[in-house]
Amino acid sequence: MTTEVIERSAAAIAAAVNARRNSAVEITEATLAHVAAVDGGVGAYLTVLDELARSQSARVDERVRNGERLPLAGVPIAVKDNMCLDGTRTTCGSKILENWIAPYTATAVARMLEAGAVPIGKANCDEFAMGSSCENSALRVTRNPYDPSRVPGGSSGGSAASVAAFEAAIGLGSDTGGSIREPGAFCNLVGFKPTYGRVSRYGLIAFASSLDQIGPLTRTVEDAALAYDAMAGYDQMDATSIDRPVEKAASSLRDDLRGLRIGIVREFATEALGAEIHSRYRDAYRDLERLGAELVEVSLPTADYGVATYYLIAPAECSSNLARFDGVRYGLRVEGHDVREMYDKTRAAGFGAEVKRRILIGTYALTSGYYDAYYLRAQKVRTLIARDFERAFARCDLIACPAASCPAFEFNAKSDPYSMYLMDYYTIPMALAGLPALSVPCGWVLPEGGSVPMPIGLQLCAPLFTEKLLLGAAHAYEQATQHASAHRPLLPQVSA
Amino acid sequence: MNAEFEAVIGIECHVELKTATKMFCGCRNEFGAPSNSNICPVCLGMPGALPVPNAKALELIVTAGVAFGARIPEFSKFDRKNYFYPDMPKNYQISQYDMPLSVGGSVKYWMGDGSLKECRLTRIHIEEDTGKSTHAGSGDGRIAGSSYSLLDFNRAGVPLMECVSEPDLRSPAEAVAYLESLRRTLLALGVSDVKMEEGSLRCDANVSVRLRGSRELGTKTEIKNMNSFRSVERAISGEIERQIAILSSGGRIVQETRGWDEINEVTHSMRSKEEAHDYRYFPDPDLVPLEIAASDVARIASAMPALPWQRFERYTAQYALGIKQATQLIDNLALASYFDRVVSLSGNPAQSSNFVLGELSRLANETGVAVADSKIAPEHLVELIGLVESKRINSKIAKELLARMWTGAGSPAAIVEREGLAQTSDPSAVEPLVDEVLTANAKVVADYKTGKTNVLGFLVGQVMKASRGKADPSLVNELMREKLSR
Repeated sequence: MTTEVIERSAAAIAAAVNARRNSAVEITEATLAHVAAVDGGVGAYLTVLDELARSQSARVDERVRNGERLPLAGVPIAVKDNMCLDGTRTTCGSKILENWIAPYTATAVARMLEAGAVPIGKANCDEFAMGSSCENSALRVTRNPYDPSRVPGGSSGGSAASVAAFEAAIGLGSDTGGSIREPGAFCNLVGFKPTYGRVSRYGLIAFASSLDQIGPLTRTVEDAALAYDAMAGYDQMDATSIDRPVEKAASSLRDDLRGLRIGIVREFATEALGAEIHSRYRDAYRDLERLGAELVEVSLPTADYGVATYYLIAPAECSSNLARFDGVRYGLRVEGHDVREMYDKTRAAGFGAEVKRRILIGTYALTSGYYDAYYLRAQKVRTLIARDFERAFARCDLIACPAASCPAFEFNAKSDPYSMYLMDYYTIPMALAGLPALSVPCGWVLPEGGSVPMPIGLQLCAPLFTEKLLLGAAHAYEQATQHASAHRPLLPQVSA
Repeated sequence: MNAEFEAVIGIECHVELKTATKMFCGCRNEFGAPSNSNICPVCLGMPGALPVPNAKALELIVTAGVAFGARIPEFSKFDRKNYFYPDMPKNYQISQYDMPLSVGGSVKYWMGDGSLKECRLTRIHIEEDTGKSTHAGSGDGRIAGSSYSLLDFNRAGVPLMECVSEPDLRSPAEAVAYLESLRRTLLALGVSDVKMEEGSLRCDANVSVRLRGSRELGTKTEIKNMNSFRSVERAISGEIERQIAILSSGGRIVQETRGWDEINEVTHSMRSKEEAHDYRYFPDPDLVPLEIAASDVARIASAMPALPWQRFERYTAQYALGIKQATQLIDNLALASYFDRVVSLSGNPAQSSNFVLGELSRLANETGVAVADSKIAPEHLVELIGLVESKRINSKIAKELLARMWTGAGSPAAIVEREGLAQTSDPSAVEPLVDEVLTANAKVVADYKTGKTNVLGFLVGQVMKASRGKADPSLVNELMREKLSR
């Protein structure tokens, strides 16, 4: 019974709890027991919230008994550890916040809890969400449940691994340049980044404010839609949150793609990704066509500048956003003989190499005299990239392309920072344009030197605010192809 | 000042806005609360907290801009000013860099001799205040050498208006007069309390000197830490003298920031231009660009109250009030509004100011009730002025009436009518009273006739008393003199 419950989708769990076939408490206990059994091997969580999960699940059961129907009743969730949850340790995967207890709850998290979700734990991530493999966490190693010798992707690697390993049904992640979609692809999940401004950033510890967006990692598209429906919508605590109505997505998923034109990006030809991967994407595009979509070729001529643009804008914003971690009010403090030395020692000890690298890059890019050449120029290119998408969407309803150039790689395979930055090549342009995009499992490949097949993801991207269309199309593709269920995670080996 | 040289002064002011809550969060904006009692995740810069602009604060800045005749651009934005300081929670200050809310305009001010002058404004922008540090153990209250520091974040995130003037001021007296006018205007607009002693007005001065007649600007220094208008005047004077002394002896002025030492009344060097920060300004990605609707600007302009310099001009030029009287009225906004109402109804500014600044202000001081809050309606004061003007009552009766009106007696005309207090100007009614007094005071009359003419006042007073104050004093005087000279 235990395995059966924890492997259910969020939709199935909520239905069972609402119908009182299962209690939230029972599901929570099963999940906590599973976490205790496997997380030593997976390493998804930095903090397991046993107590909070138990009290919240009891509260959910009570609400259900009182006649409420909750869209996420009893659904176990993992919360990326860059989101505040009142009274819980919130580390951002960093030494500098290793023992920081959040004094308030992020809006997105609060909305999930209000909808009946049960927080199982705070999930590991690259330090301050900077990275694409979770290897930049200063606090824990997270392994890919499909091959523990490989990374789960990042930065939302802990959230992805927890869902892939059935340690949660929904993982909350944040996507700045691909941090939901890439780990989604690496862990055989749906990884969904809504339109910038759709989900409140209040309580999400900022990496790059103009790009950060919270979204779900789930085992099904329907679950992603449920999480989106719970979280999306205007929040007066976030000035960049968008005050316009949200169309509920979960209740209007579709099973075909008839009448849709799907753009295939000329510049994103997949031949260079290797024969096996190329053939998976060719099959995926063919499946889209088979489901009734008309494929059209579109061009994103400036998308190639995405990585360079991103690595000016994101570090510039982070250099300022992370200035508050100074040892004065909270977090790590290493004493010095004066305040200057205290700052230096605290930040030297508290931040990891990648965070320091980006603070330095960003500080340089904003320096008077370089601002026009770097930051301002990057903002202009960002506008050009957004215009490329606008032009493309004049010719199609959705864009399909790879979510990443390869499947999950082995630990330490990308020790050169630039090769790691290139992991987000396909996901950065959408982030720069603020567009909603997701990755959905589209097949399996045997990586070079690997012993087990690893999943890869198809990325779908839609115009601003058309999440309903995007999720609907992804659902049709998922239901018709069923790639996700072809292989199971290697949990017994992990927990052994 | 050395006559060869001329000073060139510009003033930068920081003014805390009078809003109920802080600039980017819901914490109360109040002075004097217990340390760290008005704080929240947003104004403490807690991880993940985000700023949301206070619409009232933006409106106050636009109001000030409109009052100073500035241009209010359609678009504006917030920028981050990055530097580390322990009392600045985020280690950046949300401010405005290249697109301020208000551009240009000018502050009109007046000097002690009544001359009206004008100082152009460069810009007015909005930003958030920092917290407050108390450094202990260093003796001089500075962070260097202190053994520990205490931080109070009540002030962190309080909305602040930065108002930058052009270098149009030419003397310390002009600088102070400019500040006085700025302060009066912001008070009149309800933009700020503008209390230097509570820190809701802080200012820095940019000072340079040049040879009179030169069009080029000399090298400037910036003076900080001036805590009163008096210290502004002294600090600028001292700095002008220091610069002239250097230039006169063939030296060069170093561009630097200098701090005013209130106790020793000197400025000392704080940091040179080379040590100036690179603030790495960039648009704050947590805040969207501001759009200021022309209709909002028009609404604010149409609700604009009378501005102090406009009042000054009207009071001195049109009403012929003295500079002191005019200023006294302007510095008491409620009194000035009361006065304006009285003048507009009576058409007699001289009598209006006599009563408002004289007897009414005396009563106000005596009773602790402001004139505008008293029971004397402007309409009733106007009635009283009419009674005096038409000589129906004399000033003594007027004074008595005011005292009664102050406690709620109502219309003075009605009292005069009811109690027959109207002045008696009919000689046939007054003459018998004069005769009575002369008869009853034969000895005094005899004294008068021997040359002690100063007893006249006593005799007149007796007649006034006999008439219960109603006799026209000038008529009594006239009749008395006539009879005594016989």
